[in-house]
Amino acid sequence: MRRAILAVTATVAGLVALLSFKTHSSSERTVASPEPAASLPPGERAITGNVANTAYGPVQVQVVVATSKIVKVNVLEQPESTEHDLQIGQFAFPKLIGETLSAQSARIDSVSGATYTSGGYIKSLQSALDNGA
Amino acid sequence: MPSATPSPGANAVTVQVRHAEHVMGTVVSFDVPVSARHDGSLDAAIRWLHWVDRVFSPYRADSDVSLLARAEVSVDACAPEMAEVLAACASVRDLSGGYFTAAPGGQFDPSGYVKGWAVERAAALLAGAGSADHVVNGGGDVQCAGGRGPDGSGGREPWRVGIADPLRPGRLALVVAASDCAVATSGTAERGPHIIDPHTGRPASGLASLTIVGPSLALADAYATAAFAMGPARARDWTASLEGYAAFAITGTGATWHTPGFARHIAAV
Repeated sequence: MRRAILAVTATVAGLVALLSFKTHSSSERTVASPEPAASLPPGERAITGNVANTAYGPVQVQVVVATSKIVKVNVLEQPESTEHDLQIGQFAFPKLIGETLSAQSARIDSVSGATYTSGGYIKSLQSALDNGA
Repeated sequence: MPSATPSPGANAVTVQVRHAEHVMGTVVSFDVPVSARHDGSLDAAIRWLHWVDRVFSPYRADSDVSLLARAEVSVDACAPEMAEVLAACASVRDLSGGYFTAAPGGQFDPSGYVKGWAVERAAALLAGAGSADHVVNGGGDVQCAGGRGPDGSGGREPWRVGIADPLRPGRLALVVAASDCAVATSGTAERGPHIIDPHTGRPASGLASLTIVGPSLALADAYATAAFAMGPARARDWTASLEGYAAFAITGTGATWHTPGFARHIAAV
């Protein structure tokens, strides 16, 4: 459960960081249909994160967990009103989801790297770990 | 009467809590047994870090470090820890052939030693209060004790410390298995080329990051800074000569190397 929350936090943080590169604001959005819980194989369950309200629209992700390991990440909600939004949807979201799974599968407790500032901490993997507990 | 505290025993589950403290211009993250919150040792460790910040910060005009840099006080008039820090800085300076110095760029600033030292001491405060299993991470430099657990047989697994990949932000280069040891990394990924080669006065180049693993975070952190300043070729020879400390480096082109002693620290991913 703790790992699942970590991954959700990391993904949302990554998405928010990515979206903040955009140069326009939009309130338009589309909402994908969440995978019905009933369709999950036995032993798997879906955990839906809170909606993160970015300046460019709401973002929401869902993780599918099997025996405390994330097996899938779904993006439930993302801005999708411009070419840039579509690029994010087609390229960056899958990449960020892949990174979430990569860090999660490594089962790490802490991260060593070049010293971050107080501001840099917010975007760090360590921050995601700290928020996951 | 039910109790929130698990009873001791081979299979007792240690409840860990996390705390992130903004201090010393970065964030120090604690992963400690819940007992550290109840017995006051977590608060004591946090107070210690803020005290170090007040006394040793080069960014505070009234800190002992600033007063000493302006030659307004003598070492004797500073906190007693100042003499300890100065002696340690001089020792690493001599060991590293001058690549570590308490005056990078010419101005007195022992921060390259102080942060790791302060975090190591914070971890020691927890251990002194009885914590056997904790991780204290000061802005990317980590001091570990014990491990996480219990595993299937009731034992402890070493802490798993990810080494950030400096060339691919958000990803890990490898994972170190750490119990009762420190992991310190110097690099340019977070704050750019800020590590000065004291022999040239210019930012060191050639390495993207250099990680040191060994018992003391104060030394590991200072060794990592010194080795990074040396550049790849000299750093490789020098870190291989360090007793009890092992190194892992990623060069600016993404090539990696490690000293022979580092291999035993690498965890399966």
